[in-house]
Amino acid sequence: MTEVVIAGIGQTEVAEHWEISLRDLAYLAIRDAIKGAGGLNPQALFAGNMLSPNLSNQAHLGVLLADFAGLTGIEAVTVEAAGASGGAALRQGYLAVASGMVDVALVVGVEKFTDTIGSGVEEALATTSDSDFEAVQGMTTSAQAALVMRRYMHEFNVPEGGFAGFALTAHANGVGNPNAMFRKAIKPEAYAKAEMVSDPVNMFDMAPNADGAAAVVLTRRELMPDGLREPMVKILSSAASSDTLALHDRHDMLGFEAAKLSVEQALKKSGIGLTDINFFEYHDSFSIYAALSLEAAGFAPRGEGWKMAADGSIARTGKIPCATMGGLKARGFPGGATGVYQAVEAVTQLRGSADSSIQLNGARFGMIQSLGGPAATAVTHILERI
Amino acid sequence: MTTPHSHNSPTLLKPNIPVGIVGYGAYVPRYRLPAKEVARVWTGGKGGLPIKEKAVPGLDEDVITMSIEAARNAMLRAKIDPAELRAVWVGSESHPYAVKPTSTVVAEAIGAVPNTQAADWEFACKAGTEALVAAMGLVGSGMGHYAMAIGMDTAQGKPGDALEYTAGAGGAAFIVGPAEESLAVIDSSYSYVTDTPDFWRREYQKYPEHGMRFTGEPAYFKHITEAATALMQAAGTTPRDYKWAVFHQPNTKFPQRVASQLGFNMDQIAPGLLVPVIGNTYAGAAIIGLTAVLDIAQPGERVLMVSFGSGAGSDAFDILVTDKITERRDRAVKTQEYISRRTEIDYATYVRYRGKLAMK
Repeated sequence: MTEVVIAGIGQTEVAEHWEISLRDLAYLAIRDAIKGAGGLNPQALFAGNMLSPNLSNQAHLGVLLADFAGLTGIEAVTVEAAGASGGAALRQGYLAVASGMVDVALVVGVEKFTDTIGSGVEEALATTSDSDFEAVQGMTTSAQAALVMRRYMHEFNVPEGGFAGFALTAHANGVGNPNAMFRKAIKPEAYAKAEMVSDPVNMFDMAPNADGAAAVVLTRRELMPDGLREPMVKILSSAASSDTLALHDRHDMLGFEAAKLSVEQALKKSGIGLTDINFFEYHDSFSIYAALSLEAAGFAPRGEGWKMAADGSIARTGKIPCATMGGLKARGFPGGATGVYQAVEAVTQLRGSADSSIQLNGARFGMIQSLGGPAATAVTHILERI
Repeated sequence: MTTPHSHNSPTLLKPNIPVGIVGYGAYVPRYRLPAKEVARVWTGGKGGLPIKEKAVPGLDEDVITMSIEAARNAMLRAKIDPAELRAVWVGSESHPYAVKPTSTVVAEAIGAVPNTQAADWEFACKAGTEALVAAMGLVGSGMGHYAMAIGMDTAQGKPGDALEYTAGAGGAAFIVGPAEESLAVIDSSYSYVTDTPDFWRREYQKYPEHGMRFTGEPAYFKHITEAATALMQAAGTTPRDYKWAVFHQPNTKFPQRVASQLGFNMDQIAPGLLVPVIGNTYAGAAIIGLTAVLDIAQPGERVLMVSFGSGAGSDAFDILVTDKITERRDRAVKTQEYISRRTEIDYATYVRYRGKLAMK
């Protein structure tokens, strides 16, 4: 099987970049990724983006980004799968290179939330749900998460503050990530005092929308230029699945079926087992989604994912470190760029080039998972240091 | 032959003839609406409060009547013949008329007509300091001996909006004249302006809209720090050279934060920081802070004032208090006296006074 390696990575700080445009953000990440790839010339660009037509009045984004990066002429498309857009774009890049149809693929994820403000952002985000049946009722993404979280707490008797560990872990790790939006650890009291957004989802149960761009250059192992000193990281496997878009169409809204399928397929293709995974970058857009992802992946039995946050299993020194660079909660949620950030962060951990305060020791396999909505889309990749 | 300066280099506005403030006056209406009263109605008392309370104009007050009050106080301090005023300029974002000047009414009321300029200025919260810069130009060029610049507002806040807590009422008037007659010399000013749409109200809209957090970093903080830094650089000064500093004050936190970013301490801004007790007086906010400073300043003390107006821009002023301050400041009501003249009202009364009930 062809080995697809990540030759270069780039990312911007995740923040409210009022003065950096959509195209500039993407360019900054692309520039660094190409520079790191030692002169490889991309033949195709896959742009992961969730909402630029709504937030920035900009469709046809793939071409714009290729054009602005001086890559006019190459194949360039946008890949959209809500919050999973980045993961989905990464998968398209992987498929293109793995198939041999493309030698070098550039995957860039970008989101520019601050082109729109206030309720306009909520309205745009709500378009990622079932517009005719959910958004039209006034359902927002946080209201959706609140429904799931309330049901979960009821079914599994989760005590008050039971989800605090997700935010605490993310913020503790965000301190060591120079590109994280929040680089400040929080205390349990801060979580307990946090204002409610959509009961029971409080301020610390949801990731902050923010601007950012991340990029990776993919190629086949044998095409890697000589002299690249960084330890090589390859994409061992890639899988994507879908579920019903609307929450109310699911028989079981507490089982993230698409997440489960994509992990199963990714593991099967990789030839390794779940216990071989050294760390897991989950899609903690809401703490309840992190809990359900842990369960769907098989790290925790049904109804017990939240306990892994409470007992330290997901901490850097725990059984399966998660959100090792801050996750969506502390690094921030740059929409369709998120899945590419996860790839860049996993490469950073696997190369051993993370800040010493958050560097994992001897990690070989990292699993990253990008979700669209409440896992209506799930894209899972397993990365390996070689 | 003069050397043309670079198009983009900071350029100090320095009058040919040295100018200064000959008289000043403030005005704050009597009524106060506590921020916790707004929170009681809109958030069930939850959430942080940006100020303690704001000043609310009475039923018979508007920018015209309030400007006249401040102008009369300025005249009391200056003791000049109003017929010598070559301009009466009023900056505000709440002029009672869309067409027909506030300034002619004010000029008439203080006896400055008919041999005078009169015009209304608009630049969000820096309309008042924009008028002040123009007055420096008029007097500094020798076109007139005295000019009056006023910044006054009865600010509009949309019910329930974050700005309703702070949108206050008040302002100040300044008479600009020759430096040798001044209680404070304005050495120079510097203006920093960009197209930054952080806050706006279109014609026929009752309440302004704002860009939420966009009003912070790229708007307020950027423009104030750029203006203050450029002025101090050109003047060869540092924050230590100023006894006092006044910054535009939309809430309590912003001026405190911008002060420490620039290297000023809280003692330097304390006397001019009035927003906690009168709210954001918009076009009056920075300059009413200056009146409170002049009420207590000693001769020889230097003051930095930097306004901010949305849309966006900042005017920075380098001001030196003279020995004429001591005799003149007691000739009129002081700003703190207006602030302590206080009648608390509840939200319902506020709604009535501000005409927020649709009566027909």
